[in-house]
Amino acid sequence: MFAYTLRRLTILLITFIGVTIVAFSLIRLVPGDPVLLLLGERGASPEAYAAMRANLGLDRPLLLQYLQFLWNVFHGDLGISIVSKRPVIEEFLSRYPATLELGFTALLLATCIGIPLGIVAAVKRNTIFDYSFMGVSLVGYSMPIFWWGLILILLFSVTLGWTPVSGRISALYDIEAVTGFMLIDTWLSGEGRAAFFNAFRHLILPAIALGTIPLAVIARMTRSSMLEVLGEDYIRTAKAKGLSNLAVIIIHALRNALIPVVTVIGLMVGTIITGAILTETIFAWPGIGRWIVHSVTSLDYPVIQGGVVLIATVMITVNLLVDVAYMVSNPRLRSQGR
Amino acid sequence: MTSLSANAGEVLSPVRTFWLFFRQNRGALFGLSLIVFFLIIAVFAPWLAPYEPSHVHTDAYRIPPLWSEGGSRTFVLGTDDLGRDLLSRLLYGARVSIGLSLLVVMLSLLVGTSLGLIAGYRGGMIDTAIMRLVDILMSLPSILLAIVVVAILGPGLLNAVIAVSVVKIPSFVRIVRAQVMAEKKKDYVVASKSFGASGFRLAVINIFPNCLAPLIVQATLAFSDGILDIAALGFLGLGAQPPTPEWGTMLADARAFLESQPWMVTLPGLCILAVVLGFNLLGDGLRDAFDPRLRM
Repeated sequence: MFAYTLRRLTILLITFIGVTIVAFSLIRLVPGDPVLLLLGERGASPEAYAAMRANLGLDRPLLLQYLQFLWNVFHGDLGISIVSKRPVIEEFLSRYPATLELGFTALLLATCIGIPLGIVAAVKRNTIFDYSFMGVSLVGYSMPIFWWGLILILLFSVTLGWTPVSGRISALYDIEAVTGFMLIDTWLSGEGRAAFFNAFRHLILPAIALGTIPLAVIARMTRSSMLEVLGEDYIRTAKAKGLSNLAVIIIHALRNALIPVVTVIGLMVGTIITGAILTETIFAWPGIGRWIVHSVTSLDYPVIQGGVVLIATVMITVNLLVDVAYMVSNPRLRSQGR
Repeated sequence: MTSLSANAGEVLSPVRTFWLFFRQNRGALFGLSLIVFFLIIAVFAPWLAPYEPSHVHTDAYRIPPLWSEGGSRTFVLGTDDLGRDLLSRLLYGARVSIGLSLLVVMLSLLVGTSLGLIAGYRGGMIDTAIMRLVDILMSLPSILLAIVVVAILGPGLLNAVIAVSVVKIPSFVRIVRAQVMAEKKKDYVVASKSFGASGFRLAVINIFPNCLAPLIVQATLAFSDGILDIAALGFLGLGAQPPTPEWGTMLADARAFLESQPWMVTLPGLCILAVVLGFNLLGDGLRDAFDPRLRM
């Protein structure tokens, strides 16, 4: 177990270094002179040119540039945004909670609906319910979420008028960011329930859009994992003991069936971040996804660089946690240690 | 499985066995027919489309589809904000989306398979180096990685293809590598080696054909991902640029008219969904048909 964790950590470190190389190479691979590209041919006075070069870290030998970049990354210094003139790390941290709140809600929604649906489909195998469920979940899995988000807006915001179209909360409220999670902050603030429900109504559509693909994946995984477990001998034994169907499913089957599902939920984090980039763009959600897209369209290279490093760090950490959790929950893997 | 028992005793060719299992899967057949439908559209778009996709009908802005109020027979699916026929654009869009995804799958298949063969067959340092590269690519969410590539190369159709291809490479490397590592220890490979077959011959002629089944499944699923990712980049304004009739780009254009002209949004999205669904159904069906464990 220890050796395995150590090996994983080494690979993780190598991967991280690799990501920093990718981020570092980014601006240096741009065809032409990135400084001129950013300043424009006319705006490039010698002073401005030199200052921009220094900000991008392009004014020294290549290897030194990289080592400096790595040193800065490990010290939390990811450069200054060209657009906002603020440190990239600050920009990231101010937006991260919004994405976290959205992603967490989406994943919660997907899990709470996906697992029960998967169980019912497995138990009612080869019935109308199972077939229609599998069909719907495959449609959900194939959903272009940037379109799905628009359809949700069309349906719930435009036609029914139930939810707002964009943002995290109505401009009427001035909520102090304590935790960064709007649902909690509105609860803590003196604005009362109205503010909370306002934030909730802003959150629900993007969360549904973002949670759709994970929901389909989780439900399908639960179903197939449950089907496998239900065929095991110990399930037959439990039934032979005279336990009710419900008891067999919940006490005996579910526990074992959920192990692969938990892994899949962990692996959904990548899907969530990818989805967040699109969902946040549609719903004008002020998170890191929209921030990254903006930085690409406005050629804000320090932000793209820093964003890549930070998002990859989140992904790598989550994958490690999933791996470790899998090892802990599955004793058979522990002894092998791969 | 009744159709199989009728043939008991007879030796079936692998293709025939495959087809017997595949055709029992109604979902997969439906997926296949969806794909064939869109392929026909893509190939024959110039003959099927009533108008040129970027022709502006100055007297027909934002005409709703035939079935809504104010619809007209001249423009069956209506027109967009610039007076372009939506049906024609969607038909040509199939060409763009499917064509680009085909390119994506071929590119990533070629690079991914080569890297996977080398990594699995050679092992050692080369294997480690390739796999670490794969780890790095996989530690970035797909769209983010594609966005990064676009940030370097600039937005555009071809660059979007390159970006999405890069994203798809790791899955092919992993599958081929795992398959090669399992195959290369088998007797037939050892036998061929003892006859003095070269490494290239062993890897490409002996081992590779036995990796095909999972590869075909993966390629089918990569097709659906490719269509989604290219449309997503188009939607974000980083892929195909207007006036190219690409489904994602059309959606991005139509966003502003969500309230007043919803058909401009619904139709391109439905096309994307249908094609992606088709490939996913087909991929699932292929996987089941190839998997001997399910043939009991």
